[in-house]
Amino acid sequence: MKTISRTLTSEPLKAEKTNKYSAHPASQFTIALAGNPNAGKTTLFNALTGMRQKVGNYPGVTVERKEGLWRFVGGRNNARLIDLPGLYSLDATSLDEQIARDVLMGKLASAPKPDVIVAVVDATNLERNLYLVTQLLEYKIPLVIALTMVDVAEKQSLAIDTKKLSELLQVPVVEVRAAQKKGIEELAEQVFQATQNKNSKYNGWFSEANPADESFIHLSLQSDNEINKQIFARYNFISDVYQESVKAKQTEERGFSEKIDRVLTHKFFGLVILIAVLLLVFQTIFSWANLPMDLLEQGFGALGDFVRAELPEGILTDLLIDGVIAGVGGVLVFLPQILLLFFFLSILEDTGYMARAAFLLDRLMRGVGLHGKAFLPLLSSFACAIPGIMATRTIESPKDRIATIMIAPFMSCSARLPVYTLMIATFFTGQTIFGFISVGAVLILGMYALGTIVAIIVGWILKRTLLKAPPPPFVMELPPYRMPNFKAVFLNVFQQAEMFLKRAGTVILAISIILWALAYFPKTTSQQSAVNNPQAEFNNEQTTVDSSQPAIDDSGAQLRNSYAGQLGQLIEPVIAPLGFDWKIGVALIASFAAREVLVSTLSIIYNVGKDETEESQTLMQAVRDAKREDGTPAWTPLTALTLMVFFVLAIQCMSTVAVTRRETNSWAWAIFMVAYMTILAYVAALITYQGGRLLGFG
Amino acid sequence: MTSLTNLPVGITAKVISVNGNNAISKRLMEMGVVPGVSVRVVKSAPFGDPLEIRVRGYHLAMRKNEADAIEVTDSE
Repeated sequence: MKTISRTLTSEPLKAEKTNKYSAHPASQFTIALAGNPNAGKTTLFNALTGMRQKVGNYPGVTVERKEGLWRFVGGRNNARLIDLPGLYSLDATSLDEQIARDVLMGKLASAPKPDVIVAVVDATNLERNLYLVTQLLEYKIPLVIALTMVDVAEKQSLAIDTKKLSELLQVPVVEVRAAQKKGIEELAEQVFQATQNKNSKYNGWFSEANPADESFIHLSLQSDNEINKQIFARYNFISDVYQESVKAKQTEERGFSEKIDRVLTHKFFGLVILIAVLLLVFQTIFSWANLPMDLLEQGFGALGDFVRAELPEGILTDLLIDGVIAGVGGVLVFLPQILLLFFFLSILEDTGYMARAAFLLDRLMRGVGLHGKAFLPLLSSFACAIPGIMATRTIESPKDRIATIMIAPFMSCSARLPVYTLMIATFFTGQTIFGFISVGAVLILGMYALGTIVAIIVGWILKRTLLKAPPPPFVMELPPYRMPNFKAVFLNVFQQAEMFLKRAGTVILAISIILWALAYFPKTTSQQSAVNNPQAEFNNEQTTVDSSQPAIDDSGAQLRNSYAGQLGQLIEPVIAPLGFDWKIGVALIASFAAREVLVSTLSIIYNVGKDETEESQTLMQAVRDAKREDGTPAWTPLTALTLMVFFVLAIQCMSTVAVTRRETNSWAWAIFMVAYMTILAYVAALITYQGGRLLGFG
Repeated sequence: MTSLTNLPVGITAKVISVNGNNAISKRLMEMGVVPGVSVRVVKSAPFGDPLEIRVRGYHLAMRKNEADAIEVTDSE
């Protein structure tokens, strides 16, 4: 139980080199915002900071770090508001708790010890929320309680005497309704008062040892029985406080949420609805996203044409159009899908449904040997394995955590959608089963199912071999259902999209340019091309060829002789049994950087030597028109399907490998992940292609 | 006296003890399941496990093997 998670972090938390969170010049105070999950902490944080937020990670670890600037008491004071991770306890058994402790003790170089703690306490769940408060009080930092959900508590006939509560806890208690901006000013006033009063009135209730000093580590190494006694003592104190400060007895029925749960966690309907919700999410992201995608695609096409028309010919223009605009555009075009998926995930999380899904699925997850909590990271991995792998931090058992990390990349992430979309749109557009079910939707669903099923099998095997361990604890709150705060949802979606774009804008742009260069150099002269490829005229991929640019007259020869072509040809014998030619090989190599790079690579490969006056040719048409040496089409629907299967299972994402290395603190696990996923993908693709051929397809 | 696992759905009982000195008992107690508190089993999940219990005015999911560690009175 002692700091398990320490073993999973790569660097000590204190090892900070850069300090990008340097204080706002006018920040006088540092304030920590602490509270249970679902207590309304995020809503309050948003209300206090507005858009003045920075999202990132704590150094050396990947716990999300949120910080904002709070202008309070008429804007006269500025404070850095540090949003601690949602916590039930501060005993440092999980990494989140460890980080929160380090912040409160001023151990992080990037943030001074907080001047004040604002503890967010949910009035409808006072006792359990106060547990954390009893621990926070021991840090001897002035504390102000922000009491949330008071209106909801009143509806449940819970009347909380905040004055009494404040008296008993000896800290100010302020009722806030962050969404309506009520109580914010009083909270600010109390926080300001607290900053003027450096000594908390804390006088040591629970233990002779002070948990906030270094000896606390020893305390957590004491016999567990002692700890249980301490927890018991805290709750006894809380019960007394509760008895005195809450006037009306809480009604037994929780009413609303429990009524909803009669359906949503029903033995039969609960599962039906869960499946329906997931189906709805995927169907809508796939169809709704089409309009903005088309617009973006046309926009980037027009931009390329415009730049081509305005700029003089030359390497720089080619770089700008074929490297930069084509590469970035090919990724940005899929942003609508990513936004929609994160939108749905945020709503599922905020409404409280995500916990129900874990509840419904825990028995199944345990069949795999995983915690129901693994469901959330795995579901998040459907958007992106990076946040998914980060979200495994909530899993306390290291072995379970590693098992979850190992299978998370099988979840079909949003970066695979560009690949699926391109394949389906190119080869399966308009096709239906029974006249109304689109083949594309069925294939997408099939890809999601394939990844999930393989994940289950691999998880099952890992948990019985390399990661054998007793079943982990499953103790999880089922928070009351709440209307999602759309402001918070959009802010979250925006922040996630920003992070995706940063990745797309830096890593992907860099790779696009490198790839463009790999395909552009060395330049092949027409003489060379004629020598190297006497049949060039007959197997040119391009529909029209421009004779004004002799250097790239024959794009086939240009690409074949380029560095990229040489690499692709090198691996061609290996991928030939999968039905892939060397150009697809180039794309496979390039897309190890990130799956979506496949799209920009293909667009660069198939557009090399593109005529400047030619009508902008869409990637899909280029894929359909692509020919092999012998003149047969490079792609068939079976090739497309094989590629999709390969992409479901192959790791094809250097960021995932990097995060895995960081989260497991082991190159061995990262390399293991790359190796087993690549082998699995190869075998599955081989079976798909050769099996498909035996059945007479392709 | 019985274990929480055997408490029928809908019956409220008092916790007598949380057995075991391990991560599970610690987490249960941190979440407010301490001796003397009232608990009620709300339902079990589709495959019979985990259980949803109500304690201190909120709802908590736990597996049966965790609920086994919680001794409760037969009824309040």
